[in-house]
Amino acid sequence: MTAPADVTAALQSKFPQVTPRPSGDHPAVNVSPAEVVAVLKYLRDELAYDFLVDVTAVDWGVEASPRFTVIWHLFSTTHHQYIRLAMNCASDTEPVAPSATGLWPAANWHERETYDLLGVKFADHPDLRRILMWDEYPYHPLRKDFPLAGIEVPLPDIEVAELTGASAKPAPMMGGPFVASSGEMNLTDAEPRAKDESWTERKVKPVSA
Amino acid sequence: MVTANTELAYNTKIEGDIVVTKADAVINWLRSSSVWPMPMGLACCAIELMAVGASRFDISRFGAEVMRFSPRQADCMIVAGTVTYKMAPHVRRVYDQMAEPKWVIAMGACASSGGMYRSYATLQGVDQIIPVDVYISGCPPRPEALLDALIKLQSKIGTERSAKTLLASA
Repeated sequence: MTAPADVTAALQSKFPQVTPRPSGDHPAVNVSPAEVVAVLKYLRDELAYDFLVDVTAVDWGVEASPRFTVIWHLFSTTHHQYIRLAMNCASDTEPVAPSATGLWPAANWHERETYDLLGVKFADHPDLRRILMWDEYPYHPLRKDFPLAGIEVPLPDIEVAELTGASAKPAPMMGGPFVASSGEMNLTDAEPRAKDESWTERKVKPVSA
Repeated sequence: MVTANTELAYNTKIEGDIVVTKADAVINWLRSSSVWPMPMGLACCAIELMAVGASRFDISRFGAEVMRFSPRQADCMIVAGTVTYKMAPHVRRVYDQMAEPKWVIAMGACASSGGMYRSYATLQGVDQIIPVDVYISGCPPRPEALLDALIKLQSKIGTERSAKTLLASA
């Protein structure tokens, strides 16, 4: 159980399909959906990457293909090294990834959050329910085609919704958060007003043609 | 020996310790002097709420130190923090379980208007689901601001037509 100096090469000698991935900090590799659980197990049992730090995913945009990339971060508590694994989902509409809950029980809630917010389904997950939004919520809010303000849906409790007449409405963006894309550091252009997000409860957002 | 009563005005020596007043004034005095809060602590405002309960600010000076974690025993719900849409129905249910008369203080920017959380997950003001009596600005508000809100609420309770309401509901 030792972490080699060049973990990418060590992985490639065992899994030829693994390719290195450009990274600004720690070693990173691309893995295929078929191999990812085996690679994770090999890293845990043979290369001493015993700590699953994070499971998350990236939405590269509606136009992109592959659109969804699932990310695992591992850490070796004995050798103090990180490694990042990335896996492109085959489907852009129904992304699926294998679950790491069989290797690390801690992956359970990480994968539920990734499913909740990005809609990546984890095959063989023992309990794949939403973890932050309520169960009936119809969207995945961190997807790029979901507006920050939200989309109107009924409240989780029908009784309370009828009693109060309230619903989960798009949030007014007047004075709201600055939503600067990366590289767009001109603050005038980054204001909510510039992005047509200046509506309030009284002044409804005009519908663009 | 019985003597003729020559007193023309009220005299406690004769009548005893009696004070004449209005029913509203008595009822409102009782209610406003013992507002038992229901601490609906949902975010960082709840820390300031705890500070108000502790010795430095000491909410018991205003008769509201009895934080009741059962809505059945509480008079005033203090919504301290961000109300998410997932939490909103539960806030309403706890409010429904409180016995009349009941009041609500929306503590801080989030409870009052959603605050900085202009997002898909946050209720934009708790007044969408429950009637709010006093709003407090601040993120989070100073403990003094909550005490000020309590005093405001007490003076609001003082203007209520309590006797009429009680007789109407009887």
